[in-house]
Amino acid sequence: MVESVKPNRKKQISGVSRRKALAGLGGAAAGATVSGVLPGFVRYAQAQTSAPIKIGFQVHRTGIGAAYGRWYDRTTRAAAQLINESGGINGRPIEIIAEDDGTDPKRGAEVVEKFATQHGADVAFGTLFSHVVIGSAPRAGELKIPYFVVSEGHHVASGILNRYTLQPGITDVKSQVQSMAPWVASNLGKKVTMIYPDFAFGHDHRDYFSAAMAAQGGEVIGKIAIPPTESSFFKYFPKIPRGTEVLYHVMVGPGVLTFVKEMGEFFGSKRPEIFGFIDSLEAVSINSPGLEFLEGSYFWEANPRYAQAKSSKFDAFYRAKVGVDETGASVDDPKDIATYSHMFGCWETLHTIKQGMEAAGYRGPGDRAKLIEAVEAIDNMEESQAHPQGAKIFNGKTHQVFGHQFISKVGGGKLNVVHKTSIEDGFYKDEVDYTSQPL
Amino acid sequence: MRSRWVNKATALHLGVIAVLFALQFVLPDYHHVNLARVMVLASFAMGYNIAFGYTGLLSLGHAMFFAAGLYAAGLMALFAGVGAGGGLLLGVIAGLVVAAAVGCLALRTTGVSFMIVTLMFAQAAFLATFYFGEYTRGDEGFVIPSNLRSLFGLSLVEPTTRYFVALTLFSLCMAVSFAIARSSMGRVLAAIRENEERTRMLGYNVFLYKLVALVISGAISGAVGAAYGMLFGYVGATFASIQYSILPLLWVLMGGAATVLGPFVGTLLMFYLVDISSGFTSANMLIVGLALIGLILFFPKGILGTLRERAAPWLP
Repeated sequence: MVESVKPNRKKQISGVSRRKALAGLGGAAAGATVSGVLPGFVRYAQAQTSAPIKIGFQVHRTGIGAAYGRWYDRTTRAAAQLINESGGINGRPIEIIAEDDGTDPKRGAEVVEKFATQHGADVAFGTLFSHVVIGSAPRAGELKIPYFVVSEGHHVASGILNRYTLQPGITDVKSQVQSMAPWVASNLGKKVTMIYPDFAFGHDHRDYFSAAMAAQGGEVIGKIAIPPTESSFFKYFPKIPRGTEVLYHVMVGPGVLTFVKEMGEFFGSKRPEIFGFIDSLEAVSINSPGLEFLEGSYFWEANPRYAQAKSSKFDAFYRAKVGVDETGASVDDPKDIATYSHMFGCWETLHTIKQGMEAAGYRGPGDRAKLIEAVEAIDNMEESQAHPQGAKIFNGKTHQVFGHQFISKVGGGKLNVVHKTSIEDGFYKDEVDYTSQPL
Repeated sequence: MRSRWVNKATALHLGVIAVLFALQFVLPDYHHVNLARVMVLASFAMGYNIAFGYTGLLSLGHAMFFAAGLYAAGLMALFAGVGAGGGLLLGVIAGLVVAAAVGCLALRTTGVSFMIVTLMFAQAAFLATFYFGEYTRGDEGFVIPSNLRSLFGLSLVEPTTRYFVALTLFSLCMAVSFAIARSSMGRVLAAIRENEERTRMLGYNVFLYKLVALVISGAISGAVGAAYGMLFGYVGATFASIQYSILPLLWVLMGGAATVLGPFVGTLLMFYLVDISSGFTSANMLIVGLALIGLILFFPKGILGTLRERAAPWLP
């Protein structure tokens, strides 16, 4: 018996060529990769090269965007770790190369150049503040490096940038604002006074919301612009016209907490309905002293900071991976509030880059044009681990994604979602067709 | 002796231009574009040096002159379709006119008062970019269409063209600085810097000399602003902020005030100090600060200023 086994065994071994054995091993490894059970170096083994795909991460570590940048960084690293644990992209791990842009457009352009020409990054990614995006995008276009921004600015869809700049992870401000107007007009009032920062971001709110309210039969009766250098806001509140039914506020920067507190001191117990964009309180606890008057007021949120009864399992997964608890704070420090309505864009954008690269069969910088075309071909994004904020529709012509928006009411020291818009609420007519530009 | 020094100095400056010309053939892509940017910014610092280094006018308003050129070129490109050639010319005119207007008022003051008045004017100009946000898009700024960014049929989007334009601008600014430093006017400016009252007593129209120096400085700053917009494609309010008044001051102090090449040395060092340190830490400005302290301790008159004092008196 032993003897008979030996020949058989010998025969079996001699009957399997090295090529077949390697193919078998490769197939097994690929199968295991899909199930995500093998350690990293084995999972990357079936790719032609195991060199990492380099993602240049333009992060606001310093400057006005630092609070956002810290959470963008944290979210990006969590998403990269998840992608790598799941087999990377096309069997290759991804490497995040982070560079501080100081939230400055000149430095931002230099950082994009550094990604493209020094680090050899495959793509650039992650910029939030609009002026940095607009300052950097021309260089990204000239260097032909795909530039995936997470800015929510309307600059991409407005057509002022170029084919190499895309925003597939977060809805733009025009869409956000437009989708709020029907609910505000139906539930809070039709006479609105807006308080907004006197720069481009605030002007976008002013212009798009005014138009959207007019379409709902409402009217913006007061427009109060706050200069960018302002540190005290009391003098602006008496300008709010009588007859205001809804006060709409959106502020960003270091003065936001002062602004909201002074608004509470001004109004006391008598106030109109208040509707704000959560930008006014991103990274700030809703339970901070002086904010008690916000009880009963409303906020737009792109992604609900507080976990809701109806929150998806994907949101719970995302919170756990990034390290955010059910109140929107860091699991390590309850006082460290996340920029929850923005940072999901980094997570989702990285997953969209993965989807695009896999569809394009991306191998290296020579395939950047294919990557752009593959991302342009994406349309529906299902709610999933890759898209925990919710389903989305990507417009390949305008390079802009559209998603659900949320309206939350402050109650019991929490933000409770009272309305979720449809994706279609945020649609508007295309203003550009980037696919007509050469690659 | 003097003639030999002039020849030596001329040879040095021509040599610097020759080296910069040659470097484009050997530099890697990243440093190629960096050097083009440094040459443009160094030209801004050279303009600043004419006011501060040679004349002693401590201005905190040069961001305004830079932005005047930047917006003149950018807005005319965006709304009137003016190309790079016209934009550069408009930049010079804008910088010149704004500097003349501000100079007529601000030069009634001296010393710290001059610094504060120029700062106030610059802050007003900065806020004007927000006030006219309908056209300027305020802080966000705008992109200059790439089809308008060409000069004599050559696209400024191309790295080689960009480098040549930057080198040409740099060479012109260096020539102007060198000529002023070597001229009788330059000596009068230095006299004003050292002792304004005595210069006035000697019969010179101090106000007029200072105004001319500021106008030349403003015109160069405006030209550089226009060039920056055309070469890198972006116009935004950041470039009108106080930061861009302080930066040329730092570059000049670092390289050596009242030296022709000092602004270039300072700009180059500062650029790479920020670039390299930001790769390691977000506290990169702390490193820059420490470097500046070290510089003050060991090179109190800036790198080339101290070198001139200790070893090379012929440096202009």
